[in-house]
Amino acid sequence: MKRQRIGIFKLASCDGCQLAVLNLNEELFDLAELYDIAYFREALNRSPLKQYDIALVEGSVTTERQKKEIIEIRERARFLMTIGACATAGGIQALRNWANLAEFKRQVYPSPELISVLPTSTPVSEHVYIDYELWGCPVDAEALSETLVSLMVGRRPGIPIYSLCMDCKIKGIPCVLVSQGDPCLGPVTRAGCGALCPSFGRGCFGCFGPKEGANIDALMHRFEDLKMARKDAVLLMDKMNTYAYRRTRLEQDH
Amino acid sequence: MKRVKIIKEDLKTIFEALAQRYRTIGPKLVHGTVVMAESSFEDIPAGYEDRQGPGSYRLEKKETEEIFSFSPGADSFKKYLCPSSVTSFSFQKSAKGFVVDVPEREGMPLAFIGSRACDLAALSLLDQVFLDGPVRDQGYEGRRKSIFIVSVNCNHPSENCFCDAMGTGPYAKEGFDLCITEIRNWLLVEAGSVEGEKVLEILPHREIDAGDLDEKRIVIARCREMIKKSMKTEDLPGVIYRNLEHPRWTEIAGKDLECGNCTMVCPTCFCNSSYDVLSLRTVSSNLRDFSGVRRRTWDSCFSKNFARVHGGNFRPSRRARYRHWMTHKLAYWIEQFGSPGCVGCGRCITWCPVGIDITHELEELRRVR
Repeated sequence: MKRQRIGIFKLASCDGCQLAVLNLNEELFDLAELYDIAYFREALNRSPLKQYDIALVEGSVTTERQKKEIIEIRERARFLMTIGACATAGGIQALRNWANLAEFKRQVYPSPELISVLPTSTPVSEHVYIDYELWGCPVDAEALSETLVSLMVGRRPGIPIYSLCMDCKIKGIPCVLVSQGDPCLGPVTRAGCGALCPSFGRGCFGCFGPKEGANIDALMHRFEDLKMARKDAVLLMDKMNTYAYRRTRLEQDH
Repeated sequence: MKRVKIIKEDLKTIFEALAQRYRTIGPKLVHGTVVMAESSFEDIPAGYEDRQGPGSYRLEKKETEEIFSFSPGADSFKKYLCPSSVTSFSFQKSAKGFVVDVPEREGMPLAFIGSRACDLAALSLLDQVFLDGPVRDQGYEGRRKSIFIVSVNCNHPSENCFCDAMGTGPYAKEGFDLCITEIRNWLLVEAGSVEGEKVLEILPHREIDAGDLDEKRIVIARCREMIKKSMKTEDLPGVIYRNLEHPRWTEIAGKDLECGNCTMVCPTCFCNSSYDVLSLRTVSSNLRDFSGVRRRTWDSCFSKNFARVHGGNFRPSRRARYRHWMTHKLAYWIEQFGSPGCVGCGRCITWCPVGIDITHELEELRRVR
């Protein structure tokens, strides 16, 4: 049987999600046996081919060139899946979507005139149709493996869409929000990280983005009850999934 | 059944005696919270008192000689009977055929130490679900049998306790091997089974008199007075069925985070999902050989996926999901098993990040608008 061909592409990102692929460790060999890894920007020195059965895309669209690139990737791929917060939600670079680009450039770069970017950083889904998305900053290697093996056997991947709280409770971690009054994005955030921060007694940062239909306003009100300024409460969401949290909040039913 | 009077040090003896034959599970401090865990006598958070409110829990060390100074904590014994994640079986498919292997239950039986009356009531509800129904759950049955239970009558109900209203507490009536009532500087221990009596035999003998039993009654009466929360159970399930379109459901949905915390901490919520775990390791490229395990993990009716079936989702809104949870607890459960699925422990109120209070919501539903 011919192996399916995988391409792993990168747009604007830190390469951390590609590293998560490498972090499959031993399973990486199994992956290479089951699939033909034809293009892997971070790990292989190969030129892109014409067609792919599966394209994994890391990174958000932040330049004119990337806008064309993602359309090209889509045209060459039978199945396109975004991996990670940048590709799925715009990433930390989407902070500029709510700010002044020129101001950001001036603050960050010594020669801002050399920087040629779009005024916004947007998820892949705003440019092309995507078949599946994996959240996380970075994506979880296990979820990646689960998704790829599910594609292989033809089933829906077993990636939970419930809240991080569920993972906390499954792992027996007492709630930091209730027992310490620490702000935690867990109740509105997707599970997927294995409750990493709460297991160290910290509130959730929202690496895995808003869960579907998250009731963000209700949680913000709760933070205000805990004597947190509204501005600071909203700021909690302004990280790698800022675009997704803010959009979910705007689209929320009232 | 036998009753004796013991002092604190004897409690340690009980712990140690049980530890010979059981894995002792009892209250323990983790991240400033009382949880149930494998523990010894020294682990009991003696002298700690909790203040609970809707969506709030704080623990404080007090100047007291009391041992059981705290009320029910963040979790319950449920996690030992219906583990949060458990392998049901493993499977292997090859040219030789398809083999299913059910893992043997290993290890010593469990002793639950410090279970409250509400915990016992929850246990009996879980028994009804998993043992008395048309299908016996073998995994549950295996874990449940030979469990030794040391219950404790409550001295310090939390602000969210309403066991009295649900008729489940505050003192244990049955379902224990030993039951402890803490009275000033001594403990009254009552046996509830032959196994329990055997444990009492190893203790220095101090018979009790009628005065000691009066003291127990006083402790219970004082505890009852301290319980401030209540739930009006009359007209259940009717009041809910008549109000399925009450505007209150929409209001709750506005506040509800549907994070699932209430269902996770509830000692009777038992819903789970099963899933086959395969890995890149165990699948061959021609798919002729594969192996994996079936894993059963806690799930919640607050998860959007929970009611997704082929063709759609039959509880598509937050309103529908909250209504389902409360209706299951306070209405369907009564029809199916003869009593509500709520034991009045108050955990869902304390551990709800936004403090939704089931007793308050039932009151709201009773209000005609």
